[in-house]
Amino acid sequence: MGDCRLHRIIPPKIAQKIMDVIFWASGIITLLILLMVIGYVFYKGLPVINLEFLFTDPMDSGKAGGIFPMIVSSLYVTFIAVLVSAPIGVGAALYLAEYAGENRTVRLIRFGAETLSSIPSIIFGLFGLAFFVIYLRMGWSVLSGGLTLALMALPTILAASEVSIESINKSYAQGSLALGATKWQTVSKVVIPAALPGITTGIILGMARAIAEAAAILYTVGAALITPISLLDPARPLPLHLYILATEGISLDNAWGTAAVLVILILIITVTTNTLVDRYRKQMMGR
Amino acid sequence: MSRWNEEFFIEKGLLLTAVSSIIIITLIIVFIFKEGLPAIQSYGFINFIFGMDWAPSSGQYGVFPMIIGSLGITALSLLMAVPLGILCAIFLAEVAPARMRKILNPTIQTLAGIPSVVYGFFGLILLVPFMRIHFGGTGFSMFTASIILTIMILPIIVSVSEDAIRSIPQEYKEASLALGATHWQTIKNVIFPAAIPGVITSVILGMGRAIGETLAIIMVAGNVVQIPGSIMDPVRALTSNIAIEMGYATGIHYNALFATGIVLIFMIIILLVLANYLHYKKKVTVGGGYL
Repeated sequence: MGDCRLHRIIPPKIAQKIMDVIFWASGIITLLILLMVIGYVFYKGLPVINLEFLFTDPMDSGKAGGIFPMIVSSLYVTFIAVLVSAPIGVGAALYLAEYAGENRTVRLIRFGAETLSSIPSIIFGLFGLAFFVIYLRMGWSVLSGGLTLALMALPTILAASEVSIESINKSYAQGSLALGATKWQTVSKVVIPAALPGITTGIILGMARAIAEAAAILYTVGAALITPISLLDPARPLPLHLYILATEGISLDNAWGTAAVLVILILIITVTTNTLVDRYRKQMMGR
Repeated sequence: MSRWNEEFFIEKGLLLTAVSSIIIITLIIVFIFKEGLPAIQSYGFINFIFGMDWAPSSGQYGVFPMIIGSLGITALSLLMAVPLGILCAIFLAEVAPARMRKILNPTIQTLAGIPSVVYGFFGLILLVPFMRIHFGGTGFSMFTASIILTIMILPIIVSVSEDAIRSIPQEYKEASLALGATHWQTIKNVIFPAAIPGVITSVILGMGRAIGETLAIIMVAGNVVQIPGSIMDPVRALTSNIAIEMGYATGIHYNALFATGIVLIFMIIILLVLANYLHYKKKVTVGGGYL
């Protein structure tokens, strides 16, 4: 050990006291830094938020007025993203956890998912631009943006679902198979219901990733200030709106308001997942 | 349809969804390379990677300053976030009373989910003026960017490291304490070494997020294409380069931005390979601390 000389000078009891102070300090410093961010965003942003801000259109390119079209845009692209990525992610998780053995295909699939989850969001944005917007001629639209976000949310949903499926007691599935149920009957009637809270958590996490993302949609969703109706309408989700308001110095007040709305959305998502996980855990303990 | 057939089709259907991540990753790489390679071919690989000048208007496409910018910001933020994050993880897993944990854990979780543009905006309004007043210059700098990144990657490092520390079998700890070691000696000599593979994973995850972060960095780093002389100089990251210029890029400039993306992909691949290698090695040498 590199610190053995130090060790000889400082008696273990004192070292223990010193380290306790350091641990407490780092815990408190981290908490303070993090609370400062949330606190400041709320301090500046909450006064801006009212019903008018939430439910009216922006005026004068965002200088005044509300953020209604951006809220709709955010929900719209996130909905598309989850609609596409949830079935694929859960299906893939079921395959990996229930059907596949350990072979080269499976290792390749895992490597693909792992790589996908570590690709920077701006690369997804570039791909979305080259593939959805230009190659598939979807243009700058909620569809292009939503599909790009779906690719980003996929590994999150896959990983969380797989963990929850694998953590199910194997004897459930064995019991079902022993009773003569087929593999799919077992998976659909026993495995999926048991893993549902975990799968839901995974989907919510994927949703959180999609709703917070801006770089991936910068060049795929357009930046229109209108409320998108059709799939091919351009839109401006909340994070993108915040980015544009801030970097172009349009309106700091509205930027803080938008930031606060985003933080509140994330808070709601976190609380929901925590409640779900808690309930799930209690359920498992009860057995 | 017979039951056997149904089973067969369902299994193949699920296989198809599983394979989709490979298909997607392949598509991404094919499209980024298809758009990016023309720029590298026409400008020359060496000129592109090691070129010092990025001036699309006069046909100069060297990304070296941006590679340095990305690495510099990342290294600096890891330097701050890793020690603090690991200490905080140990605090949460080993030292903190349950009530403290109940406050800290959801806070950290929430902060991991907050959009990066919110952090960037926070930095732009609060940190940049602060740096301008106290350290001079414009306030937009590599250092400012790495402080914001530190705040952004702290939650990842804390939560993943904490999980790793928690997953260490209780018996290890009890054995050490029973032998008369203090709590700190136990943490230092038993718990932490066993948790190292997980801690390394957390650092690499943080590093990946730092290299890939785009908009938050644009808002605080100053975005000047130069090799920084000090940490107080403005820099431009690879990611920022793409996001800033894609809006108006045409022709070879457009391709050069995709080529910037290729460089980024390679950096991430190196990171992934490194992560797998380190993880594997540590698993063998330390043992017990499997994530």
